[in-house]
Amino acid sequence: MAAAEKRTGVIARKLGMTRVFLEDGGQVPVTVLALDNCQVVQQRTSERDGYVALQLGAGEAKVKRTSKAARGHFAKANVTPKRKVVEFRVAEANLVDAGAEITAEHFVAGQRVDAAGVSIGKGFAGGMKRWNFGGLRASHGVSISHRAHGSTGQCQDPGKVFKGKKMAGHMGASRVTTQNLEVVRIDADRNLVLVKGAVPGPRGGWIELSDAVKGAKSDDRPFPAGLRASEEPAPAETPAEDAAPDASGDADNEGGEA
Amino acid sequence: MNVIQELEAEERQRVLGEEQKKPIPEFSPGDTLRVQVRIKEGERERLQAFEGVCLGRGGSGLNESFTVRKISFGEGVERVFPVYSPNVAEIEVKKKGKVRRAKLYYLRGRQGKSARIAERTSGRGSKKAGASE
Repeated sequence: MAAAEKRTGVIARKLGMTRVFLEDGGQVPVTVLALDNCQVVQQRTSERDGYVALQLGAGEAKVKRTSKAARGHFAKANVTPKRKVVEFRVAEANLVDAGAEITAEHFVAGQRVDAAGVSIGKGFAGGMKRWNFGGLRASHGVSISHRAHGSTGQCQDPGKVFKGKKMAGHMGASRVTTQNLEVVRIDADRNLVLVKGAVPGPRGGWIELSDAVKGAKSDDRPFPAGLRASEEPAPAETPAEDAAPDASGDADNEGGEA
Repeated sequence: MNVIQELEAEERQRVLGEEQKKPIPEFSPGDTLRVQVRIKEGERERLQAFEGVCLGRGGSGLNESFTVRKISFGEGVERVFPVYSPNVAEIEVKKKGKVRRAKLYYLRGRQGKSARIAERTSGRGSKKAGASE
């Protein structure tokens, strides 16, 4: 039962693109995504929050640039301050303890994933770039307005430009999800996920990677999540107890070590 | 070395090592190349040679490719090969060419005598220079 339920996603950093050669001579363009210390920061439960989710954090934030409130929040989970924090809705059975680290082996090669990121900003863009308008003619009396969008409406009858009319304006720098990307390879040593095709956003941008919403699901995926196996239980339990009463102090100590 | 470079270096190792391919020779635009291409016919595999003039090299690192042009039955044929493709079994330099461009697209408009390229006998990669060094 639990095997079919929704798992958490992960926060990854886009490193760039390269290619992979196949045995039969084919080539696959891949985007390299790195999991940088992706840990569970908090559990959202239906009793307390009204919904079930995992709050994940990734990257390293400078302790002195992290607010005291945020430091306390991270200290509760006994994790170092994170650069990026994202929530993923999960099924109750797939909740993971705070402090657990999710690795690249959360995904398996061959499965499909959805990747969400903030696309590269294009600034104020015209209709041709933003909506693929055709523009006006190059000659035959057209002057100055070769890349203009042309008419935006009818006559006196509507007497207005309809809402939602495609026109020039700000383009990019918005959340974009690319669905159904194939996982080509998992690099467990370097915590990398190689995904076929392009992923929104610049190099170094944060990507939310989760199991594909559409299509058949792979049965090999680890449940409830692909966690870092070894050191996790021991350090997670002991400091978590003293972290609770003296949260901010503990966070300072952690930052010093990190 | 960043992670992308590491991955590309490993991929290069993997492709070259597994195929037991000879190291890729030094070649440049204008050279006459003989490229052995792997062709799958159902189950069995065979090599097919494609011999012609290298019009230029594009890309860099793992993503590098090169264009070869030949005249086949009076018709110009061009093929682009990725340098590190497993389908390219071998690259053999038949002749070094003396050219002054990086991309020899001007050959497309030429036929016969004017499409010839003079042979380069000195300089980098030539046999003479190699012997004297």
